Amino acid sequence: MKNYKELLIISGKGGTGKTSLCASFAHLFEKKLIVDADVDAADMHLLLKPKKLKKTEFKSGSVAVIDKNKCIACGLCMEYCLFDAISEDFVVDPISCEGCKVCVEMCPEKAIDFELQVCGDWFISETRMGKMFHAKLGIAKENSGMLVSLLRKEAQKWAEENDLPLIITDGPPGIGCPVIASITGTDAILIITEPTKSGLHDMERVYKLAKSFNIPVMLCINKYDLNKDITSEIKSFAEKENIRFLGAIPYDRNVTKAMVKEKCVYEFDSNAPASKAIYEIWQKADTTIKSLKTKKILS
Amino acid sequence: MKIGIASGKGGTGKTSVSCALAKALNIKNEKLNLLDCDVEEPNVHIFFDDKNVESEKYSVFVPAIDKEKCTLCLKCEDICQFNAILNIGDEISVFPEMCHSCKGCKIVCEDNAILDSSKELGEIKTFQKDNIKVIYGELRIGEPMAPPLIDAIQKRIDSEFLNIIDAPPGTSCPVISAVKNLDYVILVTEPTPFGLNDLILAVETIKILKIPFGIIINRSDIGDDRVLKYAKKENIEILMEIPDDRIIAENYSLGKTIVEARPEFIEKFYELYLNIKKRF
Repeated sequence: MKNYKELLIISGKGGTGKTSLCASFAHLFEKKLIVDADVDAADMHLLLKPKKLKKTEFKSGSVAVIDKNKCIACGLCMEYCLFDAISEDFVVDPISCEGCKVCVEMCPEKAIDFELQVCGDWFISETRMGKMFHAKLGIAKENSGMLVSLLRKEAQKWAEENDLPLIITDGPPGIGCPVIASITGTDAILIITEPTKSGLHDMERVYKLAKSFNIPVMLCINKYDLNKDITSEIKSFAEKENIRFLGAIPYDRNVTKAMVKEKCVYEFDSNAPASKAIYEIWQKADTTIKSLKTKKILS
Repeated sequence: MKIGIASGKGGTGKTSVSCALAKALNIKNEKLNLLDCDVEEPNVHIFFDDKNVESEKYSVFVPAIDKEKCTLCLKCEDICQFNAILNIGDEISVFPEMCHSCKGCKIVCEDNAILDSSKELGEIKTFQKDNIKVIYGELRIGEPMAPPLIDAIQKRIDSEFLNIIDAPPGTSCPVISAVKNLDYVILVTEPTPFGLNDLILAVETIKILKIPFGIIINRSDIGDDRVLKYAKKENIEILMEIPDDRIIAENYSLGKTIVEARPEFIEKFYELYLNIKKRF
């Protein structure tokens, strides 16, 4: 049995308040560690001001590099490349290169090297709210899903060794590769959405994804007073789908003010309307997580 | 001409700006294509009513193994860089969700044991609304790989008209797929620490791709002035500022754009377009 649980916060649509909510949760939960899984536009560090304890290079995937001295310009590489990554003068565009190794294999002159890429760095840091696992994906680099999996694995190891009961993960937007890497094997998911047609549409898609993994899903609404009709529609959806609805946060400029002061809203002003709502949501999330049976680790 | 709308951070108003620009130009009788490349969470279509949507499935190659012919030489497993082909027991198994459709396995197999199969990545949908042709992709839920579907949407760019491309959030592969080869990119940001942090990442990405760009500051009166200072220091053009306006936000929640909420923005977006157009 593992001794910790993982709570993932996602949204489908970007900018609905994942990171702000996650930082307030990190403040409210007593024993936990924090993972920022939005590795290509990470923002949690702006609120938590992590002091980096350990930095590690993230190497993943390779790109082809043609050795001009060996190349006889036969054109086979270009013919077999399905990603249009090789130019007329036999230079590989590292951004288009998918790292499939087909050109390397097909080159009769063995003129193509296959170089492992450094795609970014990941860090273990100390923050005022506990340990934080985060990363910086290199500009225009790939494999964000692999980086998310790596961060989670390292965080899990740490939680296990240090007897921490909870990992809170700030997830990426969307439903693609890094989101799937965040969801796989997590214990509970909290979706935060906003009462707009886009928010509703995107929430339904990310919910369907979460549901396909058979993971318990909770839901809350941010800026609920922007459109009360859509807020009701979201609540009805939750009821129909048997999703645990945790509450609604009002539009509150204190959230942005807190961000400018590099604090989560609950630290900034625990009496702010948004803070009170977040506190109630947190209490319900806490109860739900504690009620979950710990999963067995699959080896 | 091809204009992309991107941001780094999600929820800053990419889709609002894309649709507002398209609708303002529609009023000015400009024919255009509006391509939604945020295939994970496409939202452009939400801003158009009464549409007659045509839909086609989009599939890509994945291998299937002809067990009769397979001699278990494992060349396919060796070349596959994506763990999509694994030898389990005495059988080759294919994991389609890991496959990047490079056909490496098929090329190296000497026994003709790799058959053509396919996996559905999602759907490509189109509809026409007055002067606007909307094209958007919808990634199949559970499919991790967005870039090939984004590439397929990007291929629908028609250089005879103006093309507006709404990009997904972030700075990695999906954004690159959406904005590569474009003439100009508008980065939409908000004046908050999150907005600025992600704007800087987006600027660095666009610079690597060597595409000219400018920024729109949305909800320009929230937060602080660090985005303005950054833009000034880096000599980045501020194309427009949109205030934090309850009327705009309420209209947005109902699938209506800035130009419907505040008609004075029709001229502003039209001027923005003319201002970009004259440079090409």
